[in-house]
Amino acid sequence: MPSFSHFFDILFSSSDVFIRAMLLTLELTVVSILVGIVIGLLFALLKISNIKILAWISDTYVFLVRGTPLIVQIFILYFGISNLFLLPDFWAASLALAFHNGAYISEILRGTIQSIDKGQMEAGRSLGMSNSLALKRIILPQAFRRALPPLGNQFIIGLKDSSLAAFISMNELFNVATTLGSNNFDEMTYLLIVAVYYLILVAFLTIIVNLFEKKLSISDR
Amino acid sequence: MEQKEMIRIRNLNKSYGNLHVLKDIDMKVLDSDVVCLIGPSGSGKSTLLRCLNYLEKKDSGQILIEGTEVTPGTHDINKIREKVGMVFQHFYLFPHMTVLENVIEAPTHVKKVPKAQAIEEAKALLAKVGLSDKADVYPSKLSGGQKQRVAIARALAMKPDILLFDEPTSALDPELVGEVLATMKELALEGMTMVVVTHEMSFAREVGDWIVFMHDGRVVESGPPKEFFTNPKEERTKEFLQTTIF
Repeated sequence: MPSFSHFFDILFSSSDVFIRAMLLTLELTVVSILVGIVIGLLFALLKISNIKILAWISDTYVFLVRGTPLIVQIFILYFGISNLFLLPDFWAASLALAFHNGAYISEILRGTIQSIDKGQMEAGRSLGMSNSLALKRIILPQAFRRALPPLGNQFIIGLKDSSLAAFISMNELFNVATTLGSNNFDEMTYLLIVAVYYLILVAFLTIIVNLFEKKLSISDR
Repeated sequence: MEQKEMIRIRNLNKSYGNLHVLKDIDMKVLDSDVVCLIGPSGSGKSTLLRCLNYLEKKDSGQILIEGTEVTPGTHDINKIREKVGMVFQHFYLFPHMTVLENVIEAPTHVKKVPKAQAIEEAKALLAKVGLSDKADVYPSKLSGGQKQRVAIARALAMKPDILLFDEPTSALDPELVGEVLATMKELALEGMTMVVVTHEMSFAREVGDWIVFMHDGRVVESGPPKEFFTNPKEERTKEFLQTTIF
């Protein structure tokens, strides 16, 4: 019969294993988000470029990623790529997650870039800036600031989605929880424990995003 | 002394789809002159001004800047824009930068002026527009009139030969119009070549060297302000001036 004391006993006795797993989850998340931002920015810029074929490439990418389940994408990358060359599990999982997050991030960035007043670009151009310089110095800093709330949301989704890496045998949080749970015939306790770890990570991520928002909104005050 | 021709426009035409907004415009702007473009809204004055900075593409005709014909094909438009500054109705200051950063942005990143020198020049410009104490403030803290004066300082930081103003006081509360006009008047007295789209008739009359009246995409009448305002020749001009408050 599960009880509070039992839960805390297991929580403390298993903390070594879980903390190691939490670090792996964090690594997967951070790498996939950072790579995802790069991919997302690239596809957002392709989409808003005036070149039809580039916009079409971006549309197709977003359609493919949004149109298929993440677990399918992870398996395709894991089994498909390991046929061509040996991709370490960590990178198969990270790249699959990055590829997935990138599509959503590109949609977020495209929206915020397009929401910046056209006059900002004109003001930059009227001062002799090239299109790319004005984009880099004037438009993107404003777009990124506006994108922070939805990006923060996407980061949290990305963190939780990293649990799907368990299915390609990454020993991240969820995998550790289910393995220990079935080994000890005590699934519920371990699942509740892993939920606590996820909540801690999400709380941590939320604080970081809030700090960023505060720092970047200085000019609005 | 013969005044140099800074801008010369010949037979300029521009349409948006079926809408013919500029029809066979001929115009010239002489060195150190202040040319005021006036006319009812929709007459094409803003479009004409934006053509001078290549923010709008002309359909046909010629635009000569300081004697050379400029087309996007033959010239680096960015280089031309360094010489032809622009001040917008809605300021368009960069909200993520302080006032000082706004002013040094283009000199440091486009002209590659050393930062220390750019800051020194920017501070002198801010002093000139009366905003020395606002250097480290973000634009959101400024009034409309202050924003527009920063925008003027930002344009001046590129040391342009010509400054274009697109209804610089139209978005301002009435009590803030005066400070911006005073700054512009000072520039005019220093000999800056200016083309100003405006509804401020008393400014046009007092500061303008040449008035161009546009209606329905055409230049209807132009002349020195004294003659233009006291003795208009065209019927359209007379009607327009009658409905305008001084």
